[in-house]
Amino acid sequence: MISIIQIKKDFPIFSTHPELVYLDSAAMSLKPKQVIDAVNGYYSEYSANVFRGIYALSEKATAEYEKVRNKVAIFINAHSQKEIIFVRNTTEAINLVAYSWGEKNIGKQTEIITTIMEHHSNFIPWQQLCLKKGGILKVISIDETGVLDEGQLERVVTKDTRLLAITYVSNALGTINPLKKIIRGVKRKNPHILVLVDAAQAVPHLPVDVQDLGCDFFTFSGQKMLGPTGAGILWGKYEILKNMPPFLYGGEMMKEVYLDKTVFSDPPHRFEAGTPHIAGVIGLGAAIDYLNNVGMDNIRSHEQDLISYAIGKLEKIKGLTLYGSKNIKIRSGVLTFSIKGIHPHDIAQILDEGHICVRSGHHCAMPLHIYLKQQATVRATFYLYNSKQDVDRLVAGVERVIKLFS
Amino acid sequence: MSIYKELILDHYKNPRNQGTIVKPDKKIIVHNPLCGDRIEMYAVFDNDTIKKISYNASGCVISKASASLLSEYALKKSKEQLRKLDKAFIINMLGIQLGPNRVKCALLALEALQKLLI
Repeated sequence: MISIIQIKKDFPIFSTHPELVYLDSAAMSLKPKQVIDAVNGYYSEYSANVFRGIYALSEKATAEYEKVRNKVAIFINAHSQKEIIFVRNTTEAINLVAYSWGEKNIGKQTEIITTIMEHHSNFIPWQQLCLKKGGILKVISIDETGVLDEGQLERVVTKDTRLLAITYVSNALGTINPLKKIIRGVKRKNPHILVLVDAAQAVPHLPVDVQDLGCDFFTFSGQKMLGPTGAGILWGKYEILKNMPPFLYGGEMMKEVYLDKTVFSDPPHRFEAGTPHIAGVIGLGAAIDYLNNVGMDNIRSHEQDLISYAIGKLEKIKGLTLYGSKNIKIRSGVLTFSIKGIHPHDIAQILDEGHICVRSGHHCAMPLHIYLKQQATVRATFYLYNSKQDVDRLVAGVERVIKLFS
Repeated sequence: MSIYKELILDHYKNPRNQGTIVKPDKKIIVHNPLCGDRIEMYAVFDNDTIKKISYNASGCVISKASASLLSEYALKKSKEQLRKLDKAFIINMLGIQLGPNRVKCALLALEALQKLLI
């Protein structure tokens, strides 16, 4: 069980804004003081660069930075911390793979499979790569409850398929894809397919295990899991990473440089050119400690309670359409809805007047919204600091919107 | 303060000059693809003056109320008078403070009107 009162005390934003009902964690999580303190600690006590100096402060910075690599590896059950690459966010992680692995492996007659429920960050890089290299992009659809068409997925895999780029949890519908089963299925049909997982909406909310899933790349953002902005993760199997060329060239990614050639570092440092976001990474370490303390299983069951409570309340409201599956076993804390005749921007604005923050728009999933025939929707997302009272406030806010505009 | 004050809600719920003119002198469609606001505007001119104006709008409260208020203002005005209208005029007409995102909704009707005048 999670004590919301206790947890809220850890998030200074609730002292600044006691009325705040924050329901946009899928875009950005709030930060506990433990994370803020870790970032401040780096800047005020040992803000030296990593891997540069042999003086004590730099060594301390390097040690703290590398400690987080190990923490991340344990958190997602990676085989080795050498498989953990620090990037800015999920978007950069996916682009790194598209530019480094993709440029080398995608060409004419090769195929990439993705899905209609992807965030733009796991869609545009592959679309553009295929346009550039003459590859074929295949897009898997969903049924009316927001569940992926697994039959179609297995049907479209061929010997020319090189990659499946798929989200773990849909940022717009909350669907949790049965990835382990999907990955086993596509690899059975073509053992050479690599699978890249966009786990931006999964890692903050569910226990994850990259080895159990059987994927090849796994990407997520620190800022959605209580960490600072600008520090995210690319995990890849070492055997694959070691054959990939660098994405960015510069400092700290090479062993030797001559006038006519450069010997690059091994992964992960081959992919971390230039001074990284050291404070962000150290903050991410504190975020992982915080999540581990609460327990990922507890967070998942807390969010299940909230989503089930919220669906029960909202589905009774006349004129309101809920999107996504009602089976909470395959549903994360993402609640997307629309109200007949009322534009989502107006809904969000009225809710904001009651200090309720929700997202309105296409949530960086335009192909999905075109598919749903909706220009925009409203999205409320839950995290460990949300309570049933927050849901009640949301429901009261929605009722106010309907009253005002009818 | 709420942007959904009485005047705005009144024009949203009871839009003035809404509808289609079957044989307009000019017809224009503008839209904001990001949020889905869309306005189709029609006008009949008497020399340089707007004799009849109407529109069909889909979208948010602000874009619809703005179209309604602007159509009321534009009726019987000359092209020259209407060409002078700008963002400040629209904000003043609505009488509300809008953030940078919502200003775009408010200005869509003005964009339509200005294209009608070309």
